[in-house]
Amino acid sequence: MPSRPIDLLPPQDYRPGSWDEMVDPQGKVRPAWTATARWLSSHQSSDLEAAGTEIRRLLRENGVTYSVHGAKGEDPRPWLLDPLPWLVSQDDWKTIETGLIQRAELLDAILTDLYGDRTLVREGWIPPELISAHRGYLHACRGMKLPSKRQLILAAADLARGPDGRMWVVNDRAQAPSGTGYAVENRVVMTRSMPRLFHRNGVRRVASFFHTLRDTLDALPSLSGGRSPRIVILTPGPQNETYYEHAFLASYLGYTLVQGDDLTVRDGRVWLASLGGLEPVDVIIRRVDAWFCDPLELKEDSQLGVPGLLEAIRQGQVTVVNHPGSGVLENPGLMAFLPGIARHLRGEDLILPSAATWWCGDRDAREHVLGHLDEMVVKSIHRNPTFGTRFGPELSKTELADLRQRILARPEAFVGQEQVGFSSLPVFNGTRLEPRRGVLRGFLTAAADGSYVVMPGGLTRVAATTEAKIVSSQLGGVSKDTWVLGTDTEPFVSLLRESPELAEPDARTAPSRAGENLFWTGRYAERAEGTARLLRRAVLAFVDDLGEDENDATRHREILMHGLLGATNAGPIHPEKSSSAVSDEEEILSMLADPLRSGSLPSILRSFRYSAFAVRDLWSPDSWRVIDTILADWTDPAAVPSRLEPFSAPLNRLIIDLTALLGLNLESMTRDAGWRLLDTGRRIERAQFLIGVLRHFLVTARSPREELLVMESVLAALDSLVTFRKRYRTAPRLELVLELLLLEPNNARSLLYQIDRISLNLEALPRQPHAARLTPEQRLLVETGSRLRLVEIRRLTERTDSSRRRLDVFLDHMSRSLAHLSDALTLTYFRHADRPRFLRG
Amino acid sequence: MLYHIRHQTTYRYEEPANLGHNLARLRPLDLPTQSCLEHKLSVSPTPDFRSTRIDGFGNHTEYFAIQRPHLEMVITAESRVEVLPQTQLLLETCCAWNQVHALLRASCDHEHADAREFTLASPYIPVSPALAAWAAPDFKPGRPLHEAILALNSRIFTEFAFKPGFTDVTTSVDQVFREKAGVCQDFAHLMIATLRTLGIPAQYVSGYLETEPPPGKPKLVGADASHAWVSAFIPGRGWAEFDPTNNTTPTLRHIVTARGRDYGDVSPIRGVTTGGTSHQLKVAVDVTPISPSPSPAPAAKVTS
Repeated sequence: MPSRPIDLLPPQDYRPGSWDEMVDPQGKVRPAWTATARWLSSHQSSDLEAAGTEIRRLLRENGVTYSVHGAKGEDPRPWLLDPLPWLVSQDDWKTIETGLIQRAELLDAILTDLYGDRTLVREGWIPPELISAHRGYLHACRGMKLPSKRQLILAAADLARGPDGRMWVVNDRAQAPSGTGYAVENRVVMTRSMPRLFHRNGVRRVASFFHTLRDTLDALPSLSGGRSPRIVILTPGPQNETYYEHAFLASYLGYTLVQGDDLTVRDGRVWLASLGGLEPVDVIIRRVDAWFCDPLELKEDSQLGVPGLLEAIRQGQVTVVNHPGSGVLENPGLMAFLPGIARHLRGEDLILPSAATWWCGDRDAREHVLGHLDEMVVKSIHRNPTFGTRFGPELSKTELADLRQRILARPEAFVGQEQVGFSSLPVFNGTRLEPRRGVLRGFLTAAADGSYVVMPGGLTRVAATTEAKIVSSQLGGVSKDTWVLGTDTEPFVSLLRESPELAEPDARTAPSRAGENLFWTGRYAERAEGTARLLRRAVLAFVDDLGEDENDATRHREILMHGLLGATNAGPIHPEKSSSAVSDEEEILSMLADPLRSGSLPSILRSFRYSAFAVRDLWSPDSWRVIDTILADWTDPAAVPSRLEPFSAPLNRLIIDLTALLGLNLESMTRDAGWRLLDTGRRIERAQFLIGVLRHFLVTARSPREELLVMESVLAALDSLVTFRKRYRTAPRLELVLELLLLEPNNARSLLYQIDRISLNLEALPRQPHAARLTPEQRLLVETGSRLRLVEIRRLTERTDSSRRRLDVFLDHMSRSLAHLSDALTLTYFRHADRPRFLRG
Repeated sequence: MLYHIRHQTTYRYEEPANLGHNLARLRPLDLPTQSCLEHKLSVSPTPDFRSTRIDGFGNHTEYFAIQRPHLEMVITAESRVEVLPQTQLLLETCCAWNQVHALLRASCDHEHADAREFTLASPYIPVSPALAAWAAPDFKPGRPLHEAILALNSRIFTEFAFKPGFTDVTTSVDQVFREKAGVCQDFAHLMIATLRTLGIPAQYVSGYLETEPPPGKPKLVGADASHAWVSAFIPGRGWAEFDPTNNTTPTLRHIVTARGRDYGDVSPIRGVTTGGTSHQLKVAVDVTPISPSPSPAPAAKVTS
């Protein structure tokens, strides 16, 4: 694209009567945007494009994703960030900040009252039906009070600017406000991709917000005996749309990321099933909707919660942030009563007004809404995916009639709101700037002393197109960083703090689930590597002939095909297609490219991705970058070559990346229980793969010439060809090959080496006492290791008829022992609580 | 009237349950019309943790957890309850049913405000215009509320067949209305749904009813069952109970254990276990009068 100067939008681009953040109606740049306008005028559209590319690269590298609701089976999509921020002047920010604090204090008072004395309801400030009709109001939580100064600890509000220039509150978020993690990630990426613009503007830093949050949580009661409380983030899991954020916050704040069945309630308190056993939990940052949190008292078939959690909260044994009942504050119907409550409780007007709201549960308000339906925005009081917001002016007669009926059937479930015209912001659409409506989500946290602190910044989202009225990440919106201008630049603050005492290393171990996912990440990584090596050998045989004559090449290919499908335990290519109709090239191609075929490389990598993503919080940035590269190359369904040749280079890269990941894990992860399990998974898989290859290539006895071809392929597929040549300086002989691959203790590919490594790992794991009595996994290892050490290679190579039965039996035994070992580890470390069942009597 | 009530629930599992969390709402309430003189909840195996509280609807709730493998759990609640005669409401001084909406909003006392939340649909109880239409003949404008509710009570009794086993806890009000059959829980839900659709606050009441064995037969141990009926709010007077299953207003034979929006709020036992596949449930209830009844009790219908 030709590079050209950037037009600040001509004023006629703006809708009349609407407010633009950057340019005033006279076409003049507003003061907060001066530095930005100067930057724009001195740059070309290609510079914005380059910044956009850099942003996408950084976001992708950091693995920032957002999943769209309802897109089942679809991969999380990359987060979108526009290169231009929303700039907020100091004066505007002052209003926003005081307004948000006032609102949070008010909402906290309401929350406290609704689950306490209910005075506001009983005295008529809030209609009882408005509360009871809302799904966020949990009767089971009546009388429940957190030990903190505030009941509402985390809060958020979506703000928009009306045509008169005032900021309005469009939504309140109190259930489990999301977005802080994306806001930080946006900031990190912006400072790297637009460093000059950032520094010229003197932007306020956002990290202090997390300091406050951490201090607040650290001040909560800890039952672990004087130490800081054990804090976990409860996530619904990797399928959740904002899972990335949960994982990000866990690693950013240093908290443990857990799912419901990692936790259990015993003796009225909450415990984490960790690799070292049950460990007490003091604080849960809840990112699971409250209704799903406790099947005993709330949604009885929920698999995302912790049975008995509400009781543990009542016992004062755990603090859940936010209070499970806080979702009631998201009810837009409350906006109709908020001004009255503000005057009643504080003698004040709202600093930030909400959009004028009429709750249809009230007879007069309902009449008003029905009388002005064609001018109103109608919303469900619930966050309801089945009833989207309706804009009266856009509805047909039939649609209006239908809406009227819906309201009349359940009036208390609807509100009508005056339509607030959101202001527009310049967005780079890839070619030029265009104005789009934007909403700013501001975040608050209660401080330990009970005051509220607003993040100086926030998450801005803009609509998907210039015309779109609704701004939503789920509807394809784009995000922006939010820059609050400061008086002078603040120093950079790190989340690591100085502690007055000598810091004690954290002896707490990872959750069992994390251990299990690390174990399987190790297994899938190794399985992928082995499969890739075999496939590389096969591709080579078909593309290059391996330098053999015609007969040898044909025979070699046959053996390779047989071994490849056998050793990888590949499923049928097409269930309905007879195997004779499939050419060898088709077979290999499907093993390289068909994610639906079991045993294929993409299917293994998908499982690898699932396990690795489930412990997203535990990877170092470099490790994640490698994982991301692997996934980007191999699980992207686009553009699959129809020939084998183009696969050689990607296969080589994949093998190198997987090896690099192993190296990074060796070098940058501490040798804790999690690492031990990752490595153990890898070792078990490597041993199993080795056994599989030997059984499918070497058990069948062949002519000496064929045997030679096969042994070379086996050594190549097991990355041992060079070692063999260096060590024996001879053409491969079966005894020597087996000696090297089974018994050589210094060969990192040998079976014995894997067994020794697993033994070392096991010794370092928790719950493996050094005692006369062996644990099941120790017993299995001793037995397998001894049997391997005592084996006589010469006897294994004997042939009976056309096969080496002894070798087969021996390898089969080894394989079974390793499978038992894997099961024993699963039982000891990974056994999650069984699925909860609901009883009634 | 003095009663001894024994309510025993037994769960048997094929595979051991490893961890069981339970909530019991089995202690009869203390009300102007009844007092619970004694109550004991025994559980086998002995719970590792237990605690009691009053829930958001004013019911006694006991939480207990069994934290070791068990193949059987037996929950036995024993109570001694004294029931006093209910004061009869004067029908002629009661408001017209169609004034309820306005009266609820005009009053600023807490009881009226609290009653309003019982005019909405709840998890087990929809509001449904079809029910309002069906009830319309009994709810002519101006008819005294109490009289109209009594008519509804009697209409459910006559039009619906009492069929134990025909429904279960998941049967919807719509289905009961279509099939015109069910047990006490279904009739209570149906009546509440009708009242709420008409704007009249209504609660679900769970408890017990003293029953008599068939003439000439001895009373069998464990033959009674928990029962369910309805409480409706009469503005200016308070909550009044109705039993559509027996076409009565509760007498000295009804003992209240819990009240809520619907069955979900008051189920006698809720539990979540891990492990414990394919459980079997057995419930035995005995309501034994300690002092003699004033008159022979009717052969009443209860749920099972």
